[in-house]
Amino acid sequence: MKSVRVFFVGGLISYRALFSWLNPWVYVPSFLVMPIFQILLFVYIGRSAKLQSDSFYVIGNALQFAAIPCLFAMANTIAGERNQQTLGYILITPARRLPLFLGRALPVATNGFFVALFALVAGSAIVGTHVAASGYAPIVLVIAVSAFACTGLGLINAAIGLVARETAVLSNILFGGLLVLSGANVPVHDLPIVLRQVSEGVPLTHGIAAARKLASGSSVGSVLGLLGAEALIGLAYAALGYALIRGTETLSRRRATLERA
Amino acid sequence: MRVARVLAYGWFFRMKMLMRSSFNSWLGVLYPLFFATVAFFMFKAGADSKPLLYSSLGAAVMGVWSNTATPAGSALAQERWHGTLELEVAAPVNFALILLPLTIAMSTIGIYSMAATLLWGWAVFGIPLQITDPVAFVLAVPATVASIGALGFVLAVAFVRFRQAWALGNMLEYPVWLISGFLVPLSLFPGWVRPISWLLAPTWGIRAIRGAALAGPSYGDIGMALGVGAAYVVLGLLLVQRALHAARAKGTLSLT
Repeated sequence: MKSVRVFFVGGLISYRALFSWLNPWVYVPSFLVMPIFQILLFVYIGRSAKLQSDSFYVIGNALQFAAIPCLFAMANTIAGERNQQTLGYILITPARRLPLFLGRALPVATNGFFVALFALVAGSAIVGTHVAASGYAPIVLVIAVSAFACTGLGLINAAIGLVARETAVLSNILFGGLLVLSGANVPVHDLPIVLRQVSEGVPLTHGIAAARKLASGSSVGSVLGLLGAEALIGLAYAALGYALIRGTETLSRRRATLERA
Repeated sequence: MRVARVLAYGWFFRMKMLMRSSFNSWLGVLYPLFFATVAFFMFKAGADSKPLLYSSLGAAVMGVWSNTATPAGSALAQERWHGTLELEVAAPVNFALILLPLTIAMSTIGIYSMAATLLWGWAVFGIPLQITDPVAFVLAVPATVASIGALGFVLAVAFVRFRQAWALGNMLEYPVWLISGFLVPLSLFPGWVRPISWLLAPTWGIRAIRGAALAGPSYGDIGMALGVGAAYVVLGLLLVQRALHAARAKGTLSLT
């Protein structure tokens, strides 16, 4: 019962306390305006390069933008505590680490889901792309799974934040990596073979592919494999992230780097 | 002479400080490379007939703006966090002379990003760097950097009373990339976008650089970049006095 409380209440309080984007002056430009302009940028580059349809870029970039809240906010659950000088207090509590850290991941994934959904709806309306009516509900599910998978990568990012100072630098680099590898803008089959293989193992690749299929009218059954792969990748990253958090927590105590800021 | 010394020393010390930050140095070089890579893949796989150097130059100048937009937005907030804003405002030197070299130093860091992007395009994607008019190119790069720095100056001044100004600066990164014609010809946009593009110094900067590299002399565009940049400086000078007066009158300079 105590763990359930830590998971839900602790996660919510952490989100409200550390998620500095909750200020509308930050939330609106960062999460509602920026994804629209990312979509427009790549739609127009796509038109200029004569490569893919507008719908390809709208879906790809809407889902890929979930990486911003999922990566940055997860890292902030560590860096933010450090800035508030509360990280030490959190880590000496007897609370179980699994609900403590995964509870912080839940609001992050929920926000990532909302941001990607908003970007898809607003981006489609602005650019004028069509989504098959049968695809709406399954695409919402795909976005939820993709946001969860990306939050798994965010947990790894947060773990590194326990021993590294510049979490914003790493978050930006991971975001850039996903921009290249996830197939958001460059069809995966156009990537060099090595990048193609890496692409198969990163969050969002399968989610984006599934959403594109659904938008073009494919059935839910035809994307179950992609959806399953995205969920499995998310689980694997979340498990690795949690293990890394435990490992780096020990390391940061041993090396006295917890308060490195 | 005194003004020139303040600007030169200001630029030099700000450069040194910015280079100590991995966010402003390493990330400033690396981050635009991801966008450049995506653009190179897209143009390589696509059916567009423009030479890849067209996109390589555009992606290179994207880095200059990228290095200016967010840091300029948060320039005054940083001074607040360091506890130096009030001291700088109270100094006998005009505050604009302290702020302008800071934003120009930010855009100067973008030269590293430009060089890295052009090298990346050459080494990984085989994009040759052939410059038709080297003299114009050498003049166009600093003109572009200075004019983008001047745009950053206006942003920094305009956002003086916003606590979360970095988010507003960050938000402007994509729109300027988009409508300045870095990777997309302006002719693809609706007609009402073009007058907005003409007001942006990066539009003239990329035209000057691209013109020197691909077509020949582009001195007219260099002049436009410098002219628009000078207009930004004048606008910033006017704004800075009003913004500081308002912040002092309302006691909001040190918004924390």
